[in-house]
Amino acid sequence: MFSSFMINTWIAGTAIALVAALVGYFVVIRHSAFAAHALPLGAFPGAAAANLLGVNPFVGLLVFVGMGVLLLRQLARIGRRDVGTGLLLVLFLGVGALFLSMTSEYAPEVFSLLFGEMLGISDADLWPILGICALVSVVMITIFRPLLLDSSFPDLAALQGISAARMDLIFLSLLALVTASALPVVGAFLVFTLLVGPPAAAQSLSIHPLRSLLLAVIFAESSIWSAIALSYWTNWPIGFFVGMLGAGLFTLARSYRHWSQRERPVVQVSGL
Amino acid sequence: MTNQSPILAVADLSVDLGGRSILRDVSFDLYPGQLCALIGENGAGKTTLLRTLLGLITQRAGTVLIGAAPAREHRELVGYVPQKINFDPDLPLRTRDLVRLGLDGQRLGLPFFNGRTRHVVDQALQAVGAEDFADQRVGELSGGQQQRAVIAHALVRKPRLLILDEPLANLDFGSANALVDLLGRLIVQQQMTVLVTAHDMNPLIPVMDRLVYLVDGRAATGTVAEVVQAEVLSKLYGYPVSVLHHGGRILVLPDAPENADVANMNRCAGHGV
Amino acid sequence: MFAFLSSQPVQTALIVGSCAALVSALIGVFTVLRGNAFAGHALADVSSAGGAASFLWGISPLLGFLGMAWIAAFGMEFLGVRKARERDLATGIVLGAGLGLSALFLYLDVTTTSTTGAAVSVMFGSLFAISQGLIWPAILAVLAVFLLVGLFYRPLILTAVDPDLATLRGVSPRWMGLLQLLVLGLAVAVCALAIGAVLATALLIGPAGAAIRLSRRPAQAIFWAMMIALTAVWSGIWMAYESYYWFSGNAWPVSFFVVVLIFLFYLLAMFGSSWQHKYRRRGITSLRRLQEP
Repeated sequence: MFSSFMINTWIAGTAIALVAALVGYFVVIRHSAFAAHALPLGAFPGAAAANLLGVNPFVGLLVFVGMGVLLLRQLARIGRRDVGTGLLLVLFLGVGALFLSMTSEYAPEVFSLLFGEMLGISDADLWPILGICALVSVVMITIFRPLLLDSSFPDLAALQGISAARMDLIFLSLLALVTASALPVVGAFLVFTLLVGPPAAAQSLSIHPLRSLLLAVIFAESSIWSAIALSYWTNWPIGFFVGMLGAGLFTLARSYRHWSQRERPVVQVSGL
Repeated sequence: MTNQSPILAVADLSVDLGGRSILRDVSFDLYPGQLCALIGENGAGKTTLLRTLLGLITQRAGTVLIGAAPAREHRELVGYVPQKINFDPDLPLRTRDLVRLGLDGQRLGLPFFNGRTRHVVDQALQAVGAEDFADQRVGELSGGQQQRAVIAHALVRKPRLLILDEPLANLDFGSANALVDLLGRLIVQQQMTVLVTAHDMNPLIPVMDRLVYLVDGRAATGTVAEVVQAEVLSKLYGYPVSVLHHGGRILVLPDAPENADVANMNRCAGHGV
Repeated sequence: MFAFLSSQPVQTALIVGSCAALVSALIGVFTVLRGNAFAGHALADVSSAGGAASFLWGISPLLGFLGMAWIAAFGMEFLGVRKARERDLATGIVLGAGLGLSALFLYLDVTTTSTTGAAVSVMFGSLFAISQGLIWPAILAVLAVFLLVGLFYRPLILTAVDPDLATLRGVSPRWMGLLQLLVLGLAVAVCALAIGAVLATALLIGPAGAAIRLSRRPAQAIFWAMMIALTAVWSGIWMAYESYYWFSGNAWPVSFFVVVLIFLFYLLAMFGSSWQHKYRRRGITSLRRLQEP
């Protein structure tokens, strides 16, 4: 399981889970689940195009996910945000399907891009992934406070000179970077579960901002490690385990909170 | 009345929104230790005025000076409590953390607590009486508690000017009086200036010393004695209003609608049968 | 043109495509009005697991899509609380689990039944390869949807506009929500069959999103949505058929054309209506200025 050809997967998986939890934490607070689902699929044709043109797939992913961020913001401006997001998503998927239909290895390629590929990380791929993960973690920790305030109450943030539009752009760009680095491992569809499942579970369990962030990272790391291990033993696709573990974690955390809230007496405070 | 310099000086302020003129030539000054109510009909431009004072809307003409500098340069001098407060129940944020973000929410890095910030945050929590729910999730508090949390968030930076948008709406009698009491303490003990919008000014009358009223985007200002009079208020609201003096208190009461007499008569008739 | 219409796969494609267009336009308007675009999309994505399973067990793909869409619909209703923000998360979690399952079934398709290309046809559709035996089931599904929506038209609209008002009128939003998810499942299954599970969203929300901008009454919106969807599907099929000659033997996928056309229609509707608004507003302000002394 820890043989040489698996080492890159373990390293990349660990780094990806870390940044997915950091960014996913804000995906949950900002209610950007749909955007977090759409951006990875927006990146998908990038890999297909890179395949077609024979360039590094990472470049293709970054170009397309960047276009996705820009178009997402434009479409949200002219119509309903959710409809715009959904249409952008299928447009990009359609383009991806077109690109893939032009290559010779249509079917296996589609499968690994959408659902992940355990052994998809070469030495050359590993360094860009690690670089991006380091960058995202640093930026995320640096802007944690303004982003937290903006995500919980934009009006109060604006008063402290925090621009909502700028925060939105920074957040989507970070999301895009995480997407581009996670897509080759867990697949376009399952990046989303990694982003939303562990932080949502963590936020149900802890009310402390930093503790729930830490908990989200722990959940994300344990999901991806278990997914890699299970996928190695069963030979089943890694995406299956990521999806199931994410859903299981969320359901458990929600049930726990539901149950513990029923036990707690309601605290009544009156007067100032 | 005072020879101090004004903490808020608004001069010839005009604001347009979406091509429509909302405020025209608004001018007034507020001094330290004053509590001023901003009144006017729905749509008179109260919220627009507040947002302009906060630097969230840019004016077409005129100046807003806070502590003798343009509004945007003195953000730390102003605290703001918006009208609509609605936190997500799942937000991983305690009351304490929300207050702390008022102190340094714009700074970079992770929000670890140290002795000094803990002390400052505790003081703000104490000032609004929020110690009891300091460690609860903000989103799970009641509306009144969330409002107190946001007031603590605004107070923690020790502002000179505190602006509250309709703080009395949706509060029961007890909470409303407690809030007015708190505002009274702030203006007396800390010489803070407070600007409040309110539809129902009655609870504020004991502590309030000035009014700014907006009609059709134009503003006028006066003391309580000048403005809180039946004729003046009736003209302002465009609706007949009575001012009652009762046991040392002043009450502003809209007159009953014309049909009210009919309803009253029906009720009497019903009792007669 | 005659060669186009007389070809057997094209006829099947046109019939199934029209079914998908009509049913998705009808359901789409309710979905978009209720702000359920994400849920609609998630159902479509998750139904791919059913499509993949149908290859595995050799059952009709329509049944596979439908079964999985219904399971997902119940899952969302079970997990999902009525608040909009909770619904987003619950939708996302069901979506993740469903796609994980889809990954497993597609993998098993390849390893156990050696069906190559299952992933492609389930995800992105292959309208020209649909077997003729699926025409009648598709038509039946569409008829069922029209019947149900016709019966419950008014309560559905009321619930979409304001659930609390509906409750006051004695309409249970819970039952209406469930009914909506059931017909949404039927619509998703037909669309997934036509242009693929992950692209079905285009038909479900695109024409409806555009039509809602163009019209004020729900019935009118449904009519426009149907027109847009039918135009997109028919032109898409024709373009895909002709693309064989355009690109010297490399036909482009039907689904690609359909999706791109719907996207263009949506953009047109958005820009068209915003221009209209601008002119209207300008007209009003100039009037007001005239009235002012």
